[in-house]
Amino acid sequence: MRAAAVETERLHIGYVNGRDAVTVLSEVDLLVPEGEFLMILGPSGCGKSTLLRVIANLLDPLGGRIAVLGGAPEAARRARRTGFVFQDATLLPWRTVLQNIRLPAVVGGRQSKDLPAARVEEVMALLGLSGLESRYPSQLSGGQRQRVAIARALVDEPEILLMDEPFGALDEITRDRLNDELLSIWRETGTTILFVTHSIEEAVYMGQRIMVLGANPGRILNVRDLRPIKSADNACKREDPAIVAEIAAQRRLLAEAS
Amino acid sequence: MSRAVQVLAPVFGALSILAAWQFLLPLSGLPAYIAPTPTKIFAVFVTQTDLILTNFLPTATEALAGFLFGNLAAMMFAILFAYARFIRVAYFPVVLFFNTIPILALSPIIILIFGLGMTPKIIIAAIICFFPTLVNMIRGLASATSSEEELFRMLSATRFETFLRLHLPRALPMLFSSLRIASATAVIGAIVGEWIGADKGLGALIIQATFNYQSDRLYAAIVASSSLSIALFALVALIEARVMRGWAR
Repeated sequence: MRAAAVETERLHIGYVNGRDAVTVLSEVDLLVPEGEFLMILGPSGCGKSTLLRVIANLLDPLGGRIAVLGGAPEAARRARRTGFVFQDATLLPWRTVLQNIRLPAVVGGRQSKDLPAARVEEVMALLGLSGLESRYPSQLSGGQRQRVAIARALVDEPEILLMDEPFGALDEITRDRLNDELLSIWRETGTTILFVTHSIEEAVYMGQRIMVLGANPGRILNVRDLRPIKSADNACKREDPAIVAEIAAQRRLLAEAS
Repeated sequence: MSRAVQVLAPVFGALSILAAWQFLLPLSGLPAYIAPTPTKIFAVFVTQTDLILTNFLPTATEALAGFLFGNLAAMMFAILFAYARFIRVAYFPVVLFFNTIPILALSPIIILIFGLGMTPKIIIAAIICFFPTLVNMIRGLASATSSEEELFRMLSATRFETFLRLHLPRALPMLFSSLRIASATAVIGAIVGEWIGADKGLGALIIQATFNYQSDRLYAAIVASSSLSIALFALVALIEARVMRGWAR
Protein backbone atom coordinates (compact mmCIF):
# COMPACT_ATOMS: atom_id res chain seq x y z
CA MET A 1 0.00 0.00 0.00
CA ARG A 2 1.22 3.51 -0.81
CA ALA A 3 1.99 5.95 1.95
CA ALA A 4 -0.10 9.06 2.47
CA ALA A 5 1.20 12.31 1.05
CA VAL A 6 -1.29 14.33 3.07
CA GLU A 7 -3.52 13.08 5.85
CA THR A 8 -5.84 15.23 7.95
CA GLU A 9 -8.21 14.42 10.76
CA ARG A 10 -10.90 16.84 11.92
CA LEU A 11 -8.69 19.63 10.62
CA HIS A 12 -9.93 23.06 11.56
CA ILE A 13 -8.55 25.97 9.57
CA GLY A 14 -9.00 29.71 9.51
CA TYR A 15 -7.39 32.97 10.48
CA VAL A 16 -6.62 34.56 13.78
CA ASN A 17 -7.84 38.12 13.59
CA GLY A 18 -6.74 39.96 16.70
CA ARG A 19 -8.28 37.93 19.52
CA ASP A 20 -10.88 36.22 17.36
CA ALA A 21 -10.37 33.07 15.40
CA VAL A 22 -12.27 33.14 12.12
CA THR A 23 -13.14 29.65 10.94
CA VAL A 24 -12.81 29.05 7.23
CA LEU A 25 -13.18 25.27 7.07
CA SER A 26 -13.75 22.73 9.81
CA GLU A 27 -13.90 18.96 10.14
CA VAL A 28 -11.67 18.32 7.15
CA ASP A 29 -10.83 14.63 6.86
CA LEU A 30 -8.62 14.12 3.86
CA LEU A 31 -6.35 11.32 2.72
CA VAL A 32 -4.21 11.96 -0.33
CA PRO A 33 -2.08 8.96 -1.36
CA GLU A 34 1.38 9.59 -2.75
CA GLY A 35 1.38 10.24 -6.46
CA GLU A 36 -2.23 11.35 -6.65
CA PHE A 37 -3.48 14.27 -8.73
CA LEU A 38 -6.14 15.86 -6.52
CA MET A 39 -8.16 18.86 -7.57
CA ILE A 40 -9.66 21.13 -4.93
CA LEU A 41 -12.61 22.90 -6.51
CA GLY A 42 -14.81 25.60 -5.10
CA PRO A 43 -16.07 29.18 -5.34
CA SER A 44 -14.16 32.14 -3.87
CA GLY A 45 -14.25 32.21 -0.10
CA CYS A 46 -14.68 28.46 0.37
CA GLY A 47 -11.25 28.08 1.96
CA LYS A 48 -9.51 26.13 -0.78
CA SER A 49 -6.42 28.37 -0.81
CA THR A 50 -6.38 28.45 2.98
CA LEU A 51 -6.37 24.66 3.08
CA LEU A 52 -3.45 24.60 0.66
CA ARG A 53 -1.55 27.09 2.82
CA VAL A 54 -2.01 24.94 5.91
CA ILE A 55 -0.60 21.92 4.03
CA ALA A 56 2.31 24.11 2.84
CA ASN A 57 2.92 25.32 6.42
CA LEU A 58 2.39 28.91 5.37
CA LEU A 59 -0.44 29.01 7.91
CA ASP A 60 -1.01 27.09 11.13
CA PRO A 61 -4.25 25.15 11.57
CA LEU A 62 -6.63 26.20 14.36
CA GLY A 63 -7.16 22.63 15.41
CA GLY A 64 -7.23 18.99 14.39
CA ARG A 65 -4.40 16.88 13.07
CA ILE A 66 -2.42 17.10 9.85
CA ALA A 67 0.46 14.99 8.56
CA VAL A 68 2.41 15.77 5.41
CA LEU A 69 4.53 12.86 4.17
CA GLY A 70 4.10 11.26 7.57
CA GLY A 71 5.37 14.23 9.58
CA ALA A 72 4.67 17.83 10.46
CA PRO A 73 3.99 20.22 7.56
CA GLU A 74 6.88 22.34 8.81
CA ALA A 75 9.36 19.49 8.49
CA ALA A 76 8.18 18.82 4.92
CA ARG A 77 8.54 22.50 4.04
CA ARG A 78 11.98 22.81 5.63
CA ALA A 79 13.22 19.72 3.79
CA ARG A 80 11.83 21.16 0.54
CA ARG A 81 9.59 18.14 0.17
CA THR A 82 6.67 20.45 -0.64
CA GLY A 83 6.66 23.03 -3.41
CA PHE A 84 4.19 25.86 -3.95
CA VAL A 85 3.00 27.61 -7.11
CA PHE A 86 1.19 30.89 -6.58
CA GLN A 87 -1.69 32.30 -8.58
CA ASP A 88 0.33 35.34 -9.67
CA ALA A 89 3.55 33.51 -10.69
CA THR A 90 5.45 35.64 -8.12
CA LEU A 91 8.61 35.95 -10.17
CA LEU A 92 11.07 38.51 -8.88
CA PRO A 93 11.19 41.20 -11.60
CA TRP A 94 14.88 42.00 -10.98
CA ARG A 95 15.98 38.42 -11.63
CA THR A 96 16.20 36.75 -15.02
CA VAL A 97 14.32 33.53 -15.79
CA LEU A 98 17.41 31.51 -14.89
CA GLN A 99 17.98 33.47 -11.68
CA ASN A 100 14.34 33.05 -10.70
CA ILE A 101 14.49 29.30 -11.21
CA ARG A 102 17.71 29.20 -9.20
CA LEU A 103 16.20 31.19 -6.33
CA PRO A 104 15.65 28.03 -4.22
CA ALA A 105 19.42 27.53 -4.41
CA VAL A 106 20.37 30.95 -3.09
CA VAL A 107 18.06 31.19 -0.08
CA GLY A 108 17.08 28.79 2.65
CA GLY A 109 20.31 28.20 4.55
CA ARG A 110 21.68 24.71 4.26
CA GLN A 111 19.46 23.60 1.39
CA SER A 112 20.94 26.39 -0.65
CA LYS A 113 24.12 24.61 -1.76
CA ASP A 114 24.89 22.96 -5.04
CA LEU A 115 21.99 22.90 -7.40
CA PRO A 116 23.57 21.26 -10.45
CA ALA A 117 23.30 23.25 -13.66
CA ALA A 118 22.13 20.05 -15.35
CA ARG A 119 19.09 19.92 -13.05
CA VAL A 120 18.18 23.51 -13.94
CA GLU A 121 18.53 22.74 -17.64
CA GLU A 122 16.45 19.60 -17.24
CA VAL A 123 13.59 21.40 -15.52
CA MET A 124 13.73 24.25 -18.05
CA ALA A 125 13.49 21.75 -20.88
CA LEU A 126 10.60 20.02 -19.12
CA LEU A 127 8.69 23.31 -19.05
CA GLY A 128 9.71 24.34 -22.58
CA LEU A 129 11.72 27.30 -21.32
CA SER A 130 15.06 26.56 -22.98
CA GLY A 131 16.44 29.67 -24.67
CA LEU A 132 14.65 32.08 -22.34
CA GLU A 133 17.32 31.95 -19.59
CA SER A 134 18.33 35.60 -19.74
CA ARG A 135 14.88 37.11 -20.23
CA TYR A 136 13.35 39.18 -17.47
CA PRO A 137 9.79 38.45 -16.26
CA SER A 138 8.55 41.68 -17.86
CA GLN A 139 9.58 40.23 -21.23
CA LEU A 140 7.50 37.05 -20.82
CA SER A 141 3.87 36.20 -21.58
CA GLY A 142 1.52 35.20 -18.77
CA GLY A 143 1.79 31.53 -19.71
CA GLN A 144 5.60 31.66 -19.81
CA ARG A 145 5.65 33.29 -16.37
CA GLN A 146 3.61 30.46 -14.90
CA ARG A 147 5.93 27.96 -16.57
CA VAL A 148 8.89 29.64 -14.85
CA ALA A 149 7.02 29.54 -11.53
CA ILE A 150 6.37 25.82 -11.97
CA ALA A 151 10.01 25.22 -12.94
CA ARG A 152 11.13 27.05 -9.79
CA ALA A 153 8.81 24.91 -7.66
CA LEU A 154 10.02 21.70 -9.33
CA VAL A 155 13.73 22.44 -9.35
CA ASP A 156 14.47 20.83 -6.01
CA GLU A 157 12.28 17.87 -6.76
CA PRO A 158 9.49 18.19 -4.20
CA GLU A 159 7.38 15.14 -3.50
CA ILE A 160 4.22 17.25 -3.24
CA LEU A 161 3.39 20.16 -5.50
CA LEU A 162 0.78 22.57 -4.13
CA MET A 163 -0.74 24.77 -6.81
CA ASP A 164 -2.99 27.69 -5.94
CA GLU A 165 -5.06 28.55 -9.04
CA PRO A 166 -1.89 28.85 -11.11
CA PHE A 167 -3.74 29.19 -14.41
CA GLY A 168 -6.64 31.28 -13.11
CA ALA A 169 -5.51 34.48 -14.80
CA LEU A 170 -4.59 32.95 -18.17
CA ASP A 171 -6.63 32.89 -21.34
CA GLU A 172 -8.48 29.65 -22.03
CA ILE A 173 -6.26 28.51 -24.90
CA THR A 174 -3.05 28.93 -22.91
CA ARG A 175 -4.70 27.32 -19.89
CA ASP A 176 -5.77 24.25 -21.85
CA ARG A 177 -2.25 23.81 -23.17
CA LEU A 178 -0.71 24.20 -19.71
CA ASN A 179 -3.25 21.68 -18.35
CA ASP A 180 -1.90 19.09 -20.77
CA GLU A 181 1.71 20.01 -20.06
CA LEU A 182 1.16 19.72 -16.33
CA LEU A 183 -0.47 16.32 -16.78
CA SER A 184 2.52 15.06 -18.73
CA ILE A 185 4.92 16.47 -16.10
CA TRP A 186 2.91 14.64 -13.46
CA ARG A 187 3.12 11.40 -15.42
CA GLU A 188 6.86 11.84 -15.87
CA THR A 189 7.77 12.84 -12.31
CA GLY A 190 5.19 11.02 -10.22
CA THR A 191 4.88 14.07 -7.99
CA THR A 192 1.75 14.30 -5.85
CA ILE A 193 -0.19 17.34 -7.02
CA LEU A 194 -2.83 19.24 -5.06
CA PHE A 195 -4.31 21.75 -7.44
CA VAL A 196 -6.75 24.45 -6.36
CA THR A 197 -9.09 25.87 -8.99
CA HIS A 198 -12.43 27.56 -9.42
CA SER A 199 -12.82 26.15 -12.93
CA ILE A 200 -15.08 23.09 -13.05
CA GLU A 201 -13.77 22.08 -16.49
CA GLU A 202 -10.18 22.25 -15.32
CA ALA A 203 -10.97 20.24 -12.21
CA VAL A 204 -12.75 17.45 -14.08
CA TYR A 205 -10.20 17.36 -16.91
CA MET A 206 -7.10 17.09 -14.75
CA GLY A 207 -8.01 15.40 -11.49
CA GLN A 208 -7.97 11.77 -10.53
CA ARG A 209 -10.17 12.90 -7.69
CA ILE A 210 -11.94 16.20 -7.02
CA MET A 211 -12.64 17.59 -3.61
CA VAL A 212 -15.56 20.00 -4.02
CA LEU A 213 -15.91 22.76 -1.45
CA GLY A 214 -18.85 25.07 -0.80
CA ALA A 215 -18.76 28.60 0.63
CA ASN A 216 -20.71 30.40 3.37
CA PRO A 217 -19.94 28.49 5.46
CA GLY A 218 -16.92 26.74 3.96
CA ARG A 219 -17.49 23.01 3.89
CA ILE A 220 -16.68 19.89 1.90
CA LEU A 221 -19.57 19.15 -0.46
CA ASN A 222 -18.25 16.07 -2.11
CA VAL A 223 -15.14 14.07 -2.90
CA ARG A 224 -15.47 12.54 -6.33
CA ASP A 225 -13.33 9.77 -7.78
CA LEU A 226 -12.93 10.28 -11.54
CA ARG A 227 -10.66 7.33 -12.25
CA PRO A 228 -13.55 5.14 -13.46
CA ILE A 229 -14.26 7.55 -16.32
CA LYS A 230 -10.62 8.08 -17.29
CA SER A 231 -7.88 5.88 -18.69
CA ALA A 232 -5.21 4.35 -16.46
CA ASP A 233 -2.77 7.26 -16.87
CA ASN A 234 -5.48 9.78 -15.97
CA ALA A 235 -6.03 10.82 -19.57
CA CYS A 236 -9.35 11.84 -21.00
CA LYS A 237 -10.85 13.80 -23.86
CA ARG A 238 -12.60 17.07 -23.20
CA GLU A 239 -15.47 16.08 -25.50
CA ASP A 240 -15.93 12.58 -23.98
CA PRO A 241 -19.64 12.35 -22.98
CA ALA A 242 -18.71 11.00 -19.54
CA ILE A 243 -16.47 14.03 -18.92
CA VAL A 244 -19.10 16.45 -20.23
CA ALA A 245 -21.74 14.83 -18.01
CA GLU A 246 -19.39 15.02 -15.03
CA ILE A 247 -18.82 18.74 -15.57
CA ALA A 248 -22.59 19.29 -15.73
CA ALA A 249 -23.12 17.27 -12.55
CA GLN A 250 -20.49 19.25 -10.61
CA ARG A 251 -21.92 22.52 -11.89
CA ARG A 252 -25.37 21.49 -10.59
CA LEU A 253 -23.93 20.46 -7.24
CA LEU A 254 -22.11 23.79 -6.80
CA ALA A 255 -25.15 25.80 -7.92
CA GLU A 256 -27.42 24.01 -5.45
CA ALA A 257 -24.95 24.53 -2.63
CA SER A 258 -24.68 28.27 -3.08
CA MET B 1 5.55 62.24 -33.85
CA SER B 2 8.95 61.14 -35.12
CA ARG B 3 11.89 60.58 -32.82
CA ALA B 4 13.79 63.56 -34.25
CA VAL B 5 10.87 65.89 -33.48
CA GLN B 6 10.58 64.52 -29.96
CA VAL B 7 14.24 65.28 -29.30
CA LEU B 8 14.39 68.59 -31.13
CA ALA B 9 11.09 70.08 -29.94
CA PRO B 10 12.25 70.75 -26.34
CA VAL B 11 15.52 72.20 -27.66
CA PHE B 12 13.51 74.49 -29.90
CA GLY B 13 11.25 75.42 -26.98
CA ALA B 14 14.18 76.38 -24.76
CA LEU B 15 15.98 78.28 -27.54
CA SER B 16 12.83 80.22 -28.44
CA ILE B 17 12.46 81.43 -24.87
CA LEU B 18 16.16 82.37 -24.70
CA ALA B 19 15.81 84.27 -27.98
CA ALA B 20 12.75 86.10 -26.72
CA TRP B 21 14.60 86.98 -23.52
CA GLN B 22 17.62 88.17 -25.48
CA PHE B 23 15.79 90.35 -27.99
CA LEU B 24 12.53 91.37 -26.35
CA LEU B 25 13.88 92.18 -22.87
CA PRO B 26 15.84 95.32 -23.91
CA LEU B 27 12.66 96.61 -25.58
CA SER B 28 10.73 96.33 -22.30
CA GLY B 29 12.90 98.97 -20.62
CA LEU B 30 13.68 96.71 -17.65
CA PRO B 31 17.05 97.83 -16.21
CA ALA B 32 20.00 95.48 -16.76
CA TYR B 33 20.76 95.29 -13.01
CA ILE B 34 17.45 93.46 -12.57
CA ALA B 35 17.58 91.18 -15.59
CA PRO B 36 20.65 90.87 -17.81
CA THR B 37 20.39 89.29 -21.26
CA PRO B 38 21.44 85.62 -21.75
CA THR B 39 24.57 86.64 -23.67
CA LYS B 40 25.69 88.85 -20.74
CA ILE B 41 25.21 85.91 -18.35
CA PHE B 42 27.04 83.57 -20.66
CA ALA B 43 29.87 86.08 -20.93
CA VAL B 44 30.51 85.73 -17.19
CA PHE B 45 31.32 82.05 -17.69
CA VAL B 46 33.88 82.98 -20.36
CA THR B 47 35.50 86.08 -18.86
CA GLN B 48 35.31 85.12 -15.18
CA THR B 49 35.78 81.35 -15.41
CA ASP B 50 38.05 81.32 -12.35
CA LEU B 51 35.52 83.14 -10.20
CA ILE B 52 32.72 80.72 -11.14
CA LEU B 53 34.92 77.67 -10.74
CA THR B 54 36.37 78.59 -7.34
CA ASN B 55 32.84 79.12 -6.06
CA PHE B 56 31.35 76.11 -7.87
CA LEU B 57 33.75 73.53 -6.46
CA PRO B 58 33.06 74.08 -2.73
CA THR B 59 29.30 74.00 -3.31
CA ALA B 60 29.59 70.88 -5.45
CA THR B 61 31.70 69.18 -2.76
CA GLU B 62 29.27 70.13 0.00
CA ALA B 63 26.21 69.07 -1.99
CA LEU B 64 27.73 65.76 -3.05
CA ALA B 65 29.03 64.93 0.43
CA GLY B 66 25.74 65.95 2.01
CA PHE B 67 23.86 63.87 -0.55
CA LEU B 68 25.99 60.81 0.22
CA PHE B 69 25.99 61.10 4.02
CA GLY B 70 22.35 62.14 4.29
CA ASN B 71 21.06 59.35 2.09
CA LEU B 72 23.35 56.70 3.56
CA ALA B 73 22.22 57.64 7.05
CA ALA B 74 18.59 57.60 5.90
CA MET B 75 19.00 54.12 4.41
CA MET B 76 20.60 52.77 7.56
CA PHE B 77 17.93 54.28 9.79
CA ALA B 78 15.23 52.97 7.45
CA ILE B 79 16.60 49.44 7.79
CA LEU B 80 16.78 49.86 11.56
CA PHE B 81 13.23 51.19 11.76
CA ALA B 82 11.91 48.53 9.39
CA TYR B 83 13.32 45.58 11.32
CA ALA B 84 13.54 46.75 14.94
CA ARG B 85 9.97 47.32 16.00
CA PHE B 86 10.75 48.79 19.41
CA ILE B 87 13.19 51.29 17.99
CA ARG B 88 10.65 52.35 15.39
CA VAL B 89 7.91 52.85 17.95
CA ALA B 90 10.24 54.68 20.32
CA TYR B 91 12.16 56.91 17.94
CA PHE B 92 10.13 57.43 14.77
CA PRO B 93 7.97 60.13 16.41
CA VAL B 94 11.15 61.94 17.42
CA VAL B 95 12.37 61.85 13.83
CA LEU B 96 8.98 63.13 12.69
CA PHE B 97 9.21 66.02 15.12
CA PHE B 98 12.74 66.82 14.01
CA ASN B 99 11.53 66.99 10.42
CA THR B 100 9.01 69.71 11.29
CA ILE B 101 11.82 72.13 12.22
CA PRO B 102 12.39 74.35 9.16
CA ILE B 103 15.92 73.83 7.87
CA LEU B 104 16.36 77.62 7.69
CA ALA B 105 15.71 77.85 11.42
CA LEU B 106 18.11 75.04 12.15
CA SER B 107 20.97 76.22 9.97
CA PRO B 108 22.27 79.06 12.22
CA ILE B 109 22.60 76.59 15.11
CA ILE B 110 24.58 74.22 12.93
CA ILE B 111 26.83 77.08 11.79
CA LEU B 112 27.28 78.10 15.45
CA ILE B 113 28.38 74.60 16.36
CA PHE B 114 30.58 73.79 13.38
CA GLY B 115 31.90 77.19 12.37
CA LEU B 116 32.27 78.62 8.90
CA GLY B 117 33.98 75.74 7.08
CA MET B 118 32.45 73.15 4.78
CA THR B 119 31.26 70.85 7.56
CA PRO B 120 28.09 72.75 8.54
CA LYS B 121 27.05 73.03 4.87
CA ILE B 122 27.52 69.30 4.39
CA ILE B 123 25.44 68.68 7.49
CA ILE B 124 22.65 70.99 6.32
CA ALA B 125 22.63 69.32 2.87
CA ALA B 126 22.60 65.90 4.56
CA ILE B 127 19.69 66.82 6.84
CA ILE B 128 17.64 68.13 3.96
CA CYS B 129 18.14 64.83 2.06
CA PHE B 130 17.57 62.63 5.08
CA PHE B 131 13.86 62.63 5.77
CA PRO B 132 12.34 61.98 2.30
CA THR B 133 14.75 59.11 1.74
CA LEU B 134 14.05 57.69 5.19
CA VAL B 135 10.29 57.64 4.67
CA ASN B 136 10.49 56.31 1.10
CA MET B 137 12.97 53.61 2.05
CA ILE B 138 10.84 52.42 5.00
CA ARG B 139 7.84 52.16 2.70
CA GLY B 140 9.91 50.50 -0.01
CA LEU B 141 11.24 47.86 2.39
CA ALA B 142 7.65 46.94 3.25
CA SER B 143 6.45 46.86 -0.35
CA ALA B 144 6.90 43.16 -1.15
CA THR B 145 3.62 41.43 -1.98
CA SER B 146 2.16 38.83 0.36
CA SER B 147 2.83 36.04 -2.12
CA GLU B 148 6.48 37.13 -2.36
CA GLU B 149 6.72 36.93 1.42
CA GLU B 150 5.10 33.49 1.28
CA LEU B 151 7.51 32.38 -1.44
CA PHE B 152 10.48 33.22 0.79
CA ARG B 153 8.86 31.49 3.75
CA MET B 154 8.19 28.45 1.58
CA LEU B 155 11.91 28.36 0.76
CA SER B 156 12.75 28.68 4.48
CA ALA B 157 14.73 31.86 3.79
CA THR B 158 16.36 33.46 6.82
CA ARG B 159 15.45 37.00 7.85
CA PHE B 160 18.70 38.28 6.39
CA GLU B 161 18.16 36.45 3.10
CA THR B 162 14.64 37.83 2.86
CA PHE B 163 16.03 41.31 3.48
CA LEU B 164 18.83 40.97 0.95
CA ARG B 165 16.99 39.12 -1.82
CA LEU B 166 13.47 40.49 -1.46
CA HIS B 167 12.97 43.60 0.67
CA LEU B 168 16.07 45.49 -0.48
CA PRO B 169 15.49 45.04 -4.24
CA ARG B 170 11.80 45.81 -3.70
CA ALA B 171 12.81 49.10 -2.01
CA LEU B 172 14.97 50.24 -4.93
CA PRO B 173 12.31 51.95 -7.06
CA MET B 174 11.14 54.08 -4.13
CA LEU B 175 14.70 54.70 -3.01
CA PHE B 176 15.72 55.97 -6.43
CA SER B 177 12.70 58.23 -6.71
CA SER B 178 13.70 59.91 -3.45
CA LEU B 179 17.36 60.08 -4.54
CA ARG B 180 16.24 61.96 -7.64
CA ILE B 181 14.50 64.51 -5.45
CA ALA B 182 17.48 64.62 -3.08
CA SER B 183 19.80 65.47 -5.97
CA ALA B 184 18.09 68.86 -6.15
CA THR B 185 17.55 69.40 -2.43
CA ALA B 186 21.18 68.64 -1.55
CA VAL B 187 22.24 71.62 -3.67
CA ILE B 188 19.60 73.78 -1.98
CA GLY B 189 20.97 72.71 1.41
CA ALA B 190 24.54 73.61 0.49
CA ILE B 191 23.53 77.04 -0.86
CA VAL B 192 21.33 77.84 2.15
CA GLY B 193 24.26 76.95 4.40
CA GLU B 194 26.50 79.29 2.45
CA TRP B 195 24.00 82.13 2.72
CA ILE B 196 24.18 82.06 6.47
CA GLY B 197 27.93 82.16 6.69
CA ALA B 198 30.55 81.53 4.04
CA ASP B 199 33.14 83.45 2.06
CA LYS B 200 33.11 81.13 -0.93
CA GLY B 201 30.67 78.92 -2.73
CA LEU B 202 27.79 79.67 -5.09
CA GLY B 203 25.60 80.72 -2.15
CA ALA B 204 28.18 83.27 -1.04
CA LEU B 205 28.58 84.46 -4.64
CA ILE B 206 24.80 84.93 -4.91
CA ILE B 207 24.74 87.09 -1.76
CA GLN B 208 27.78 89.17 -2.78
CA ALA B 209 26.53 89.69 -6.33
CA THR B 210 23.11 90.75 -5.08
CA PHE B 211 24.50 93.37 -2.70
CA ASN B 212 26.81 94.74 -5.39
CA TYR B 213 24.10 94.88 -8.09
CA GLN B 214 26.22 92.55 -10.26
CA SER B 215 23.22 90.92 -11.79
CA ASP B 216 25.16 89.12 -14.53
CA ARG B 217 27.23 87.35 -11.84
CA LEU B 218 24.10 86.64 -9.80
CA TYR B 219 22.39 84.99 -12.76
CA ALA B 220 25.56 83.11 -13.68
CA ALA B 221 25.70 81.74 -10.13
CA ILE B 222 22.07 80.63 -10.46
CA VAL B 223 22.82 78.88 -13.76
CA ALA B 224 25.84 77.20 -12.16
CA SER B 225 23.80 75.93 -9.19
CA SER B 226 21.08 74.55 -11.39
CA SER B 227 23.74 72.85 -13.55
CA LEU B 228 25.03 71.25 -10.38
CA SER B 229 21.56 69.89 -9.59
CA ILE B 230 21.18 68.62 -13.12
CA ALA B 231 24.56 66.88 -12.98
CA LEU B 232 23.67 65.21 -9.68
CA PHE B 233 20.26 64.22 -11.05
CA ALA B 234 21.86 62.75 -14.17
CA LEU B 235 24.28 60.77 -12.01
CA VAL B 236 21.38 59.30 -10.01
CA ALA B 237 19.45 58.50 -13.20
CA LEU B 238 22.53 56.82 -14.67
CA ILE B 239 23.08 54.64 -11.60
CA GLU B 240 19.36 53.84 -11.50
CA ALA B 241 19.40 52.70 -15.13
CA ARG B 242 22.41 50.50 -14.45
CA VAL B 243 21.05 48.96 -11.26
CA MET B 244 17.52 48.44 -12.50
CA ARG B 245 18.13 47.42 -16.09
CA GLY B 246 15.77 44.67 -17.14
CA TRP B 247 13.04 45.03 -14.60
CA ALA B 248 10.94 47.58 -16.37
CA ARG B 249 7.47 47.68 -14.91
